[in-house]
Amino acid sequence: MSKVNRATAAQSLSVSLTVGAYGLAFGAASVAAGFSVLQSCLLSLLTFSGASQFAVVGVIGSGGSALSGITTAGLLGIRNMLYGLRMAPVVKSKGLMKVIAAQVTIDESTGVALSQERLGQREMRQGFWLTGLGVYLFWNLFTLAGALGAKAMGDPGAWGLDAAVPAAFLGLLWPRLERNSDRVLALCAVALSLALTPLVAAGLPIISTALLAVFFGWRAKA
Amino acid sequence: MSIFWLSLIGTSVVVFALRYTGHLIPEKYLTNPRMLKINTLIPVALLSALVAVQTFTKDSALVIDQRLAGLSVAVVALILKAPFPVVVLGAAATSAALFHFA
Repeated sequence: MSKVNRATAAQSLSVSLTVGAYGLAFGAASVAAGFSVLQSCLLSLLTFSGASQFAVVGVIGSGGSALSGITTAGLLGIRNMLYGLRMAPVVKSKGLMKVIAAQVTIDESTGVALSQERLGQREMRQGFWLTGLGVYLFWNLFTLAGALGAKAMGDPGAWGLDAAVPAAFLGLLWPRLERNSDRVLALCAVALSLALTPLVAAGLPIISTALLAVFFGWRAKA
Repeated sequence: MSIFWLSLIGTSVVVFALRYTGHLIPEKYLTNPRMLKINTLIPVALLSALVAVQTFTKDSALVIDQRLAGLSVAVVALILKAPFPVVVLGAAATSAALFHFA
């Protein structure tokens, strides 16, 4: 990658560092949910998708089955497939590079790539790779730090980790609540998941809210 | 195999399969507007449910405890457009303070 556009590189780096902070929260949340430090790091290395990772440790931590955790994480991972569709013609990778490109296809690498559209195809490709690999590096380093930190803390409640985890989810959710219809959906999801909690197996109250998304999406005028 | 290893491997495989599929198939598929709309709404629903379950439940029972105070601080921080670390640390500090003094 000769001649890297400076503005693209700066944007990629700032996004990578910011996302690193979420990695810290993830590492801590994962250990608080019962995963070991090694398992927390492997989740970040292998899954490498923030929302899906938070979801699986959230579901398992609240007593859900492995299947509930995987299903919830998978539902949140569907958007990565759509990003892949959009990014494939931009990165034009083959073989092993295609595998690596797929692994670093996330909200941030896609977002930065798309925001370079005015500069050209080459800058889009640079934005994708710099952000994807940069986030990969920091996300994994900070996951390790967060997991080790949480392990040293002991009781999660004593350090407020039990509130930090839902607060981290809320931080992920907040930018998606700009429209009134999205807020209504969010409130319906809160009500449904809490109403179902005493009635069905842990994990299911969370997955069931995907049906609300289907219902709201079906009715909406696109 | 423990539930932790199982969910770790399952999640990694499913998420990677989704991404790789996206890179393999032609873009003309999966562009149905209704499907795209549903896809943008799924994170809203699931993340909202996760916030609710992790704040208000313990072992399949509904409870109100120090976590609610922590989350309220997070909401205020988000309304004030505070950066992510402030949101999370504010929630943690509030919850921890109540845990020790209440």
